Amino acid sequence: MKERRLRIVLHIVLTAGFIGVLFLALWWANTHLGQFPLRVMRTGAVYIVAAVAYNLVNGITGQFSLGPNGFMALGGYTVALLMLPLPQKQFVWFLQPLMWPFNSFSFPWYLFGVALVLGGLVGALGAVLVGIPSFRLRGDYLAIATFGFGEIIFVLANNLIPLTNGPLGMKGIPEYASVYWCFGWAVVATLVVSNLAKSSYGRAMKAIRDDEIAAESMGVNVFRTKMLAFATSGFFGAVAGGLLVTLITTISPTLFTFNMTFNLLIIIVLGGLGSITGSVITAFGFAVLSELLRAVEAPINIGPIHLPGVAGMRMVVFSVLLILLMIFYRRGLFGQFELSWDWVLSRPGVIRSWVQAKPGATRGVRKWKRETKSS
Amino acid sequence: METRDKVVLTLDHITIKFGGLVAVNDFCLEVTKGELVGLIGPNGAGKTTVFNIVTGQYEPTSGRVTFEGKDITGWRPDLIAEAGIARTFQNVRLFTGMTVLDNVLVSQHLRLKSSFLSAAFNLPSYVVEESASRAKAMELLERVGLADLAKEQAGSLPYGQQRRLEIARALATNPRLLLLDEPAAGMNPEETTRLMNFIRRIRDEFDLTIFLIEHDMRLVMGICERIRVIDYGVSIAEGTPQEIQSNPKVIAAYLGEGED
Repeated sequence: MKERRLRIVLHIVLTAGFIGVLFLALWWANTHLGQFPLRVMRTGAVYIVAAVAYNLVNGITGQFSLGPNGFMALGGYTVALLMLPLPQKQFVWFLQPLMWPFNSFSFPWYLFGVALVLGGLVGALGAVLVGIPSFRLRGDYLAIATFGFGEIIFVLANNLIPLTNGPLGMKGIPEYASVYWCFGWAVVATLVVSNLAKSSYGRAMKAIRDDEIAAESMGVNVFRTKMLAFATSGFFGAVAGGLLVTLITTISPTLFTFNMTFNLLIIIVLGGLGSITGSVITAFGFAVLSELLRAVEAPINIGPIHLPGVAGMRMVVFSVLLILLMIFYRRGLFGQFELSWDWVLSRPGVIRSWVQAKPGATRGVRKWKRETKSS
Repeated sequence: METRDKVVLTLDHITIKFGGLVAVNDFCLEVTKGELVGLIGPNGAGKTTVFNIVTGQYEPTSGRVTFEGKDITGWRPDLIAEAGIARTFQNVRLFTGMTVLDNVLVSQHLRLKSSFLSAAFNLPSYVVEESASRAKAMELLERVGLADLAKEQAGSLPYGQQRRLEIARALATNPRLLLLDEPAAGMNPEETTRLMNFIRRIRDEFDLTIFLIEHDMRLVMGICERIRVIDYGVSIAEGTPQEIQSNPKVIAAYLGEGED
């Protein structure tokens, strides 16, 4: 029991330390790096939030959803409507007036966090509304139903002009999504989803993934559990949408097409369905690689051969990557592996150096190590 | 009055139709506390359908299911599990991607008091409950002899152990009535003997009432105190193992009618 408590404290200290180091690194990056790398980093963090949220439904609960673009759109529009300054609102809605109450107020900068949470709640509400009719469906049928949801949001965004300004969208959204906001939410989303995945609720979700009939026979309330996964996913998906629009400062329906879902699907499948570690790493990698691969879309001269630039060539590269991965690593880069402090500390070198650094702790650690192995 | 209180499960004129097929027809059964009742019958007789009605997978077309005085007809399976009925499946249905320990822990989810948010933020109240529930699950694995395998993937266990884990997982819901659907299927005689002892032991240790379906006559005749025979959805005989073995109707159902 005492060893267990020691382990919990150790984990909290290590996690806090890790977050501290991360934010020190971000502070350094923020003051030393240029606009472009910072932007890529922020995009990467937003992808982490969206991918981790998506993985909770597709990977951990095993429900094949194709609707995360819909949740992101809900969050994106909510945050944009709340944060867009009033003069800018009058400027943007020149065809039709913006509907009440959004035409009468605008959140000041210090309420940005509140706007993100509200956006998240709208996303969670959307998830619940989709879930109620569609949880009777499984597999491909659920995929079609959630795909339909994404499309409905797209059509609404195009046509609810008094609310969304239709295809023209909004521009001039203040660029509030700093590295700290983006990575802060990435940390929160990752911690919450991995806590959940390890918890009793997460086990119920995985049980539904493995065998829904057995799960309900063992007392798992399938509907409620799926709903919790969906709502949590909708919340963080919407927060990611809100961060995205305050990062690129514009919003239009085309930002949240099925392409967004497709990108996220690539990320979670590449990373390993059900592996949060995989989602985090591939989400960030995806953002970086997307920028690096812009090179393949530029015109290339190889000696006498001239290749004209082809827009969209990046997606071809990603597709090839995905095909290769499906052939050689069908379970994704990380399978269902999770990086944890237990795992890190059980690497022989780490334990040894840690023990050498703190000779007094030797006995405790040995015993604790044995315990973690057996319990 | 005294005897009525002891009735755990009552199936009252259960009938279920799938389209034109009457899978179970006017089936009645009472199971009393602590009993070990067997349900046998040829393939397709409707045995598993009876189980599925009791555990809520199917809703009967007519008739009532009563458990400990409560009418549970048409309840959702998870509520029936919560009420105190647990089951295993004919084809083992473990959570194969999860560890042995996690399989058992899933069954304790229904007793969880901590809220979703306290789990999401790993609050101390949740951490305490989680570690208590782990300790309980380990104790159960200890008792059924699977503690050494706690960290193994459920899908990687040998078949006999998977069967045993499925029973352990059912026990973890804290049931008072346990339904076993062909627990000896695919087992060799030696494993079956061990299973028979195991079933008797858990009935006594966990204070259970057990209702089981089985094709292995040695197991059924060896451990069941009362046997019910069903054929084409209709109940055709009931009695002690000796009575059933000599019942001409049962022999006819299994071997076919003699040609006169």
